[in-house]
Amino acid sequence: MTRRFTATLMVLGLAGLLAFDLTTTPPNPYKAPVVFAFGSGLAASGGFCGALPN
Amino acid sequence: MSAAGTVSARPSGQGLWRAGLLAGALAAVALVALFVGARYGLMLAIGLGFGITLEGLRFGFAGPWRAMILRREPAGVLAQLLAIALVAVVAIPLLSSHPGELSGAQAPIGWAMIGGAFVFGAAMQVVLGCGSGTLVNAGSGNPVGLLALPFFAIGSFAGAYGLVWWTSLGALPVLTLRGGFGLGVTLAGLALVAGLFWLLGKPGTRRLPTRYVVAALLLAALGIGNLLVAGQPWGVVYGLGLWAAKGASAMGADLSGSAFWSAPGSVERLQSSLLTDYTSLTNLGLIAGAFGVATWRSGGLSQPLPRYPARAWIATIIAGLLLGYSSRLAFGCNVGAFFSGISTGSLHGWVWFAAAFAGAFVGIRIRPMVGLEARA
Repeated sequence: MTRRFTATLMVLGLAGLLAFDLTTTPPNPYKAPVVFAFGSGLAASGGFCGALPN
Repeated sequence: MSAAGTVSARPSGQGLWRAGLLAGALAAVALVALFVGARYGLMLAIGLGFGITLEGLRFGFAGPWRAMILRREPAGVLAQLLAIALVAVVAIPLLSSHPGELSGAQAPIGWAMIGGAFVFGAAMQVVLGCGSGTLVNAGSGNPVGLLALPFFAIGSFAGAYGLVWWTSLGALPVLTLRGGFGLGVTLAGLALVAGLFWLLGKPGTRRLPTRYVVAALLLAALGIGNLLVAGQPWGVVYGLGLWAAKGASAMGADLSGSAFWSAPGSVERLQSSLLTDYTSLTNLGLIAGAFGVATWRSGGLSQPLPRYPARAWIATIIAGLLLGYSSRLAFGCNVGAFFSGISTGSLHGWVWFAAAFAGAFVGIRIRPMVGLEARA
């Protein structure tokens, strides 16, 4: 058995994760922010590992 | 045209496969940009860039720390410090001139944070994969990375679940280096640490190979791009915890008992697509980029899988859980705390580096004991 097997498992796992996500919480492109946060005038609001809950 | 020329002009199977990889990557970015949003498509492209850079140039964080500790070879760590310095030169002034619009990887220094960084440093040496490294390893077919990754995600979810309690054990206010003074102190600190590693390094191993310089330049460019597009620096661990939290939520778990997961921001992200979460997008890109490079390389996926004893696989599961749990307590991994913390002026990044590097000495000793490498 080679790494082709494990890499394929990883890709299948990712595909499963995305399928689950798109089924349960479909994205809405009409609510998308502007391309760049820099210069947008909007506050950064993404989740980050350094942030405590607010 | 000769018969031989006709044959050679045809695209080979490998050429077709490579063309398919490129087309697949472009299509994925275009689909996300079209059906989720242009910013999200760009973040996926940045994540792919991280994965291609790290796997393509065989660069990382855990390996260079091991090389420094075991063989006194400082080049990899010096390249990491170079990349951090390059990001800092752009990020720290921008964070001062655009507060709110851009946010740094700023977090408080505390007991749990220091302990978490120490444990993370140890665990990442056991599996030879840090936050980004585990994703890259999994994408390139490394079975240790593949097994560690889901447990990393579960650990990250669990660590975030109790994060507020852990932080209440004692933490300083967030301490940040800002503006020109902050940049000067950060660069001086990086130069001091680089000088120390250079002095400790074995003569003949101190010079940075070209691929390390290229990797540092590319990582810095992508890190700056991450900040400008997302408004926040490159991170890994939050996204993994979110994947597990969404899974737990779908299976009926009640997350209202967690101050972290029941906070309004967390609830909103649990109810949104992963394709709108910046760290999830760069994580997906890291895995896919590494997979693409491994597939692109001749024989990249044809290596036989290693045979390890059962205790090595058990240790991989435990290390994966610890990587996730400890990195939440530490407010980030090698990416969110070390790379992004220091480069955006957070003092917790420096403390994280010292604690994790100390932990790495322990992890290096554990690795052969659990059968993940031959004993010396």
